[in-house]
Amino acid sequence: MTTSTRNSYYRQGIIDSSPFILVIIPFASLFGVLATEAGLNVVETMAFSIVVIAGAAQFTALQLMQENAPTAIILVSALAVNLRMAMYSASLTPYIGAAPLWQRALCAYMTVDQSYVVGVSKFEADPEMTVPERVAYFFGAVTPIVPLWYAFTLIGALLGTQVPDSWALDFAIPIAFLAMIAPMFRTAAHVVAALVAVVVALFAAGIPYSLGLIIAGIAGMMAGAQTELWIERKAARS
Amino acid sequence: MIETGTLWTVIILLGLGSFGLRFVFTGLVGDRAMPTWLLRHLRYTAVAILPALVAPQVVWPSATDGVFDIPRAAAAVAALTVGLLTKNVLMAVFSGAATLYGLLYLLG
Repeated sequence: MTTSTRNSYYRQGIIDSSPFILVIIPFASLFGVLATEAGLNVVETMAFSIVVIAGAAQFTALQLMQENAPTAIILVSALAVNLRMAMYSASLTPYIGAAPLWQRALCAYMTVDQSYVVGVSKFEADPEMTVPERVAYFFGAVTPIVPLWYAFTLIGALLGTQVPDSWALDFAIPIAFLAMIAPMFRTAAHVVAALVAVVVALFAAGIPYSLGLIIAGIAGMMAGAQTELWIERKAARS
Repeated sequence: MIETGTLWTVIILLGLGSFGLRFVFTGLVGDRAMPTWLLRHLRYTAVAILPALVAPQVVWPSATDGVFDIPRAAAAVAALTVGLLTKNVLMAVFSGAATLYGLLYLLG
């Protein structure tokens, strides 16, 4: 393991996550704009993005604070939206669990949808990577994401209420997530997992505090795991 | 109007909680082996959670107060279809955005 191979993995991570620059810019700006519209000043808005660094949870918390929901409900709801981060953490553990603690802590802070998707896709596709190479790659993957998250939260906060609704920035997030997952459907089990998760999510949409998302996610994961087992057994029999 | 005290409580506790969720496995489990059944489920985390997060927004967008919206639904279908066909995230994002703005312009 030399520094130069680590550097090349770091650069590869930057390249592979760079498409998400187009996503992070509207997403972060949108948070800055909406937070300003909700009455937060620039310092409060920036603290939100730097301390929490989780778009969907920040939007959830902002929405509930505007509705004057109790603080405990705000926290539980926003953390429920973020429960997927624990699932990401678990899913990354087999790949980077052997790294030094400070690196794992830094990776944890910077685990967001985009860096997780880019990282785990690469680690699955390239099982020969060493742990330091994976960490270098992961740090590369967050390099275009995290600084832009801060910077465009600030720009959004400064633009404030000047952005018209007709820009439809709200839909940047769904488009981005759909674009990200499409290349991940490698097997029938992945497709089944996604379909079950979507159906359950739609039926469970009325469940309060975003718990429907968690239920749908677990249902999808179970469906994927069972399909994988079924395919394996079928292959073993024939 | 959001109260300053509530706001900072939410920011700090949500920050700590979010870090805790992200650190719980990578930090605390580390390189101890995890059971096969768990790993089998974890393989499907991303393909289950992200579609589940998006699906209600596609069918009932908050920007239209939950009313089904043809430009948004079409944009979602375009992004997913192009992503599946090309395996190219950037192409998929562009197709979704072009569909959204095109239809918002035509139907708006």
